[in-house]
Amino acid sequence: MGRYFAIRIGRAALTIVLVVTFAFVVLRLSGDPALMILGPEAPPEVLAAFRKAWGLDDPIWFQYLDYFGAIARGELGRSMRDGRPAIELVLERIPATLALTLPAFVFKVALGIPAGIYAALHRGSGIDRAVMMTAVAGFTVPSFVLALVLVLVFAVQLGWLPSGGQDSWRHAILPIATLSLGGAAVLARFTRSAMLEVLGQPYIRTASAKGVPWRKVVTSHALPNAAIPTVTILGFMVGTLMAGAVVVESVFAWPGVGRLLVVAVANRDLAVVQCILLLVAMTMVTSNLVVDFLYGFLDPRLRSKGAHA
Amino acid sequence: MPPLVSIRDLRVAFNGVPVLRGVDIVLQRGEALGLVGESGSGKSVTWLAALGLLPRHAHVTGSVQLEGREILGAPAAELDHVRGGRIAMIFQDPASALNPVLTIRKQLCEALALHRDLQGSAVKTEARRLLELVGIPDAARRLEAYPHEFSGGQIQRIMIAMALAGNPDLLIADEPTTALDATIQAQILELLSTVRRELGIAMVLISHDLGVVAENCDRVAVMYAGRIVEDAPSNQLFADPVHPYAQGLIGALPPLDGPRRRLTAIPGTVPDPAQMPSGCAFAPRCALAAEPCGLAAPSLAPIANDRSVACIRAEASRRALLGIAAE
Repeated sequence: MGRYFAIRIGRAALTIVLVVTFAFVVLRLSGDPALMILGPEAPPEVLAAFRKAWGLDDPIWFQYLDYFGAIARGELGRSMRDGRPAIELVLERIPATLALTLPAFVFKVALGIPAGIYAALHRGSGIDRAVMMTAVAGFTVPSFVLALVLVLVFAVQLGWLPSGGQDSWRHAILPIATLSLGGAAVLARFTRSAMLEVLGQPYIRTASAKGVPWRKVVTSHALPNAAIPTVTILGFMVGTLMAGAVVVESVFAWPGVGRLLVVAVANRDLAVVQCILLLVAMTMVTSNLVVDFLYGFLDPRLRSKGAHA
Repeated sequence: MPPLVSIRDLRVAFNGVPVLRGVDIVLQRGEALGLVGESGSGKSVTWLAALGLLPRHAHVTGSVQLEGREILGAPAAELDHVRGGRIAMIFQDPASALNPVLTIRKQLCEALALHRDLQGSAVKTEARRLLELVGIPDAARRLEAYPHEFSGGQIQRIMIAMALAGNPDLLIADEPTTALDATIQAQILELLSTVRRELGIAMVLISHDLGVVAENCDRVAVMYAGRIVEDAPSNQLFADPVHPYAQGLIGALPPLDGPRRRLTAIPGTVPDPAQMPSGCAFAPRCALAAEPCGLAAPSLAPIANDRSVACIRAEASRRALLGIAAE
C-alpha cells in the first residue's frame, strides 16, 4: 500500500513539472509579451527596457531554470500588466469561480447519478430512453451553445434572469445551470453504463438466488461495485472545479479564474497564465491522487495488489 | 403428499424466440436429479425461470409448484423467501459468482440473516461452522477475506456453504465443476454428495458431463432444444437409452470396461431456437426419423412406471439399440 502511493505521488509530481514546462514553452513560442502589452507602436528602447525588466532577454534555458527556481521558492512572479503578484490576482478570483463550480458539482452529482441509476434499473423503459436522449443532447451540445440558449430563453425572451455579471445570486443561476446540465448528462450516461455492467455480473444473480430482496441487491451489491468506475469521472470533475468554467465565465462575464485566464492569455501575461496552469494542474493531480486512494478503499482487489507489490 | 417440486409445461421465450418449449419435471424430497444436454438446451433456464431469476424481457409461462404451492409469478417477497430458503442455487463460474467488494463473512451472514432466526454472535458462529463444514481451513480468519483471495475450488465450496445457509430443501447445482480442474471437480462433487446425504436435501445437478451425472444422481433427465426428451433412473438410462438423442450422447462416451467399440457422433448441430423444425426438434439429426416425426412434437410419455420418453419411434429405437448390442 505504501509503495502504491509512493509511485502515484511521484507520478503526480512529474505531471506538475511537465505541465509547467509545457506552459513555459508554449507561451514563449506564441508571441512577444512586450509587443502584446506595449503595442507595436512602442519605441524600441521601451520594448527593450520592458524585456530587460522581466528577464525576457535572457537565454530561454536560463529563463526556464530561473522560473523553476522561483516556483520552488514559492515565488510565482508578478503580472506584467499591473505589477501585482500573480498569485494574488489568481487567489482573489477563486471564490467567484468556486461560487459557480461547487454548486454546479453538487447539482451534477445530485442529478446525474440518480438519473443514471434509475435508467439502468429501468433499462429500455420510456424514462430510460428519455434520460439517455437528454444525456446525449447534454454532452453533445457545447457549453457555450447551451449557455447562449439559456440566455436567449431566460434572459432575453422571458426576462427572468440577468444575462451576465456578478451583482446578485440571481446572476449565478444561468452559469450554474449551464455547468450542471452538461456535467449531469456525462455523469448520468457514465453511471448508467457502470450500473448495467455490474447488474449483468454473475454475483448479482448469486445475491438474488440467495433471497436478497431486489432493493438490497441494488444498494448493497450493485452500487458499491458501480461506484468504482464512477469515482473516476467524479475525480475528473473535481479536478476541473478551478478551471472548468473558462467558457461559461466568459459567456456570462463572470469574474472568475477562467475569465482571468482568457484575458491573461490574450495579453501574454506570462506569470498569471503560469500561475493558473499550476493551480489547475495541482487540483487535477490532487483529485487524481484522491481517486487512487478511493480505489484502494472501494476495491479490495487493488488493496491487496498494492500490499503484494 | 405433493412432490417437493413439480414443474408443468414450463415455457420461456426471449424476445419472442422460444428457448424452453414445455418442460415437465417432478422432483421428490431428497432425490438427486441430473439434468443433461448440450449448452443452450435449456437446463439452466429451466431453474432460473422457476426461481424468477431471468431478466424481465423473458416471457415465462406454465406452472412451478413447491410442495403444491405455485411459485411462478409469486410476489417478490414470497420468491425471496423461496430463493435460498427453500431452493438454493450455485453457479458455474466461481471467479465472478461472489461479490468482489464484500468479505466472505458479509456474504455468508447476509444469507443467514435472511433465512435463519439468528442474532448477534450466533450468526458469525454459524458462518464459521458452515465454512468448516465445506472444508475451508482456518475458517475464523478466512471469513474476513475477499473472494479474490480464494481459489476457484474454494469459492465453489463457499458457494455451497452459502447455499446451505438457508437450510434449503433443494440445491440446484448449475455446472458446479465445469470451470474447475479435474481433481478439484472430484472434490466438489464429493462434497456435494456428502452434504446431500447428511442433510437429506434434494439436488438437481445440471451438467453436460454424463459421467458426473451418472455417478451422483438417482435419476437423469435429458434435455434437447428446450424440452426433456428422456427421463429415467440413471442406471437404466445408461444401460438402455431409448430416445435416439440419449443413445447418441451415450454412444459418444468411451466405455471403461467391455470390448472396445467405435464411438459414435451425432451428426449435425442443435437447431437455432428461432428456426425450430416443426415436429420433433431432433428429427433432422435422427437416423430413425420417419415421416410422422416432422408433423408434431412428441410429448413426454411413460414407457415404464419410472421412465418416460418423448419419441414416437421409441420402440423402433429400442429395437435398433438391441440389434446393435446383439451384433
